Amino acid sequence: MTNPLSSTKILIVAEHDRGHLKLATLAAVCCAQQVCQATGGAFEILVLGEQVADVVSSLAPYGAAVVLKADHSSLLNPVADQYAQVISKVVKDRGATMVAAAASTFSKDVLPRAAALVDAGMLGDVVSVTPDGDDFTFERVMFAGNVIATVKLDGPLKVLTVRSSAFSVPTKVDAASPVIDVSVDSSSQSGLTTFVSREEKPSGRPDATEARIVVSGGRALKNSEDFERLVGGLADKLGAAVGSSRALVDSGITSNTLQIGQTGKVVAPDLYIGLGISGAIQHLAGMKDSKVIVAVNQDSDAPIFEIADYGLVADVYQVVPELIGKLGQK
Amino acid sequence: MKILVPLKRVPDYDTKIRVNAAGSGIETDGVKYSINPFDAIALEEAIRLREGLGDVEIVAVSIGTEECQEQLRAGMAMGADRALLVRHDASLDSLAVAKILAAVYRREQPNLVLMGKQAIDDDANQAGQMLAALLGIGQATFISKLELPKDAKQVVCCRETDAGLETVSVQLPAVITADLRLNEPRYVTALGIMKAKKKPLEEMTTADLGVDATSRTRVLSLRMAPQRKAGVRVKSVDELLQKLREEARVI
Repeated sequence: MTNPLSSTKILIVAEHDRGHLKLATLAAVCCAQQVCQATGGAFEILVLGEQVADVVSSLAPYGAAVVLKADHSSLLNPVADQYAQVISKVVKDRGATMVAAAASTFSKDVLPRAAALVDAGMLGDVVSVTPDGDDFTFERVMFAGNVIATVKLDGPLKVLTVRSSAFSVPTKVDAASPVIDVSVDSSSQSGLTTFVSREEKPSGRPDATEARIVVSGGRALKNSEDFERLVGGLADKLGAAVGSSRALVDSGITSNTLQIGQTGKVVAPDLYIGLGISGAIQHLAGMKDSKVIVAVNQDSDAPIFEIADYGLVADVYQVVPELIGKLGQK
Repeated sequence: MKILVPLKRVPDYDTKIRVNAAGSGIETDGVKYSINPFDAIALEEAIRLREGLGDVEIVAVSIGTEECQEQLRAGMAMGADRALLVRHDASLDSLAVAKILAAVYRREQPNLVLMGKQAIDDDANQAGQMLAALLGIGQATFISKLELPKDAKQVVCCRETDAGLETVSVQLPAVITADLRLNEPRYVTALGIMKAKKKPLEEMTTADLGVDATSRTRVLSLRMAPQRKAGVRVKSVDELLQKLREEARVI
């Protein structure tokens, strides 16, 4: 008996940062592999941008039926109306029944626009996709990660973003996926929004969404020099990414790209070290899926201790230099 | 100039959310409701634009039950000039909300829609983008700064993305969605509340607007996310390092 969902055709929208694949995309590929394995369906991957050959080749070994390459100068920057136009056209041309991407500011900007263009419903922050008869049941998080909803999405096309922490690494296959060029008609580009500039990423450290260890700092850090010396110093010793609570971003001590929380980045590393972070519910929403959580805070009543595996009640200014020093020794 | 500001009624951000025993929704007993905080930021920005540009009308709109009047009155107490309530008692997903807002937009013909980037209940972060798509107008999401000179045909926005700060220029009319750092909403004054009582609040239904507001998303059940338990307190850096090396094996 064939699975009623065997005609499932998933389109994964890949995300990259000027030619460097964002690893969270692989979680969406993993999700597609799982669904296709369960249903007998197939998936395709779409890469948009300019000069994206490297991204395309890094996505070739995962068993996609094809990797679609929309390579055009008008797609150099991820401007939502231009990207959504191309995505919605590809969705129609390829007959996709599901569109998925990793939950990120990129997907959250572009995908809802594409979904509305093809009159499809959309679910954000999906943590599971389960075939259920001739349809699917999804789980997604709401209320700052405190509630998990079990939902159905009606209609022939379903659009979703997936939480990368809920999916693992996709399996590699022997054969590389064939590549098909997608034609982009620049005259159809609307030009409603014009990209002006972008502030370049300041540090050479790994991205917090992709690192195995994240060292994060909060209100206890008094200035950017101390943050760099203590949080940055410990991160470098561990080969870790750095993160920050909203309080430090608001006071100008850290950059917004470091913010972890409900409205910042959601991270789930093997080890999360929170230094001088009290643990507001909005911050916890961004890191509570980490495998091991360490909290260092002078206030023994700080809420972060309620979720930390290892808590140390101490002044970060005293213990972090000691930690950095002792990490050198075995 | 006219600015449309959608205001969603949500449980206050300070509320500890609990799923009800049946798993059909959240406990509502004793829960305080507020304007979605990101929407309040959007409204504050509209008020500041009016303070800078002069001739600006701010229209607040909410979709939902009669109780949403409370948030619309609060929005008018902050500074919105008038309010529209689209009555709809069933729950709505982002696409349905965008379709209703598109109908309100066509009726009101604003120059700008300023709204929160996401609601803190469903955390969907979609309605603004979908609205812009349905209207075929530009969008700028997750805005932390906005410049709109008088008589300008475009608005210059600073966007907060995972990669950093990005500046874009969007043709008007447009949909702009507000991030946390755009501003700090003002407190409502007693005088504001008095004035808000006299400001017009018009009610209509989705049928009046001719919108099919059927949601594609059906919530079957809710449950609390698994809670982490507190672990152990260590007394020293040495003990912490030992635990991380030998027990957790993460360094």
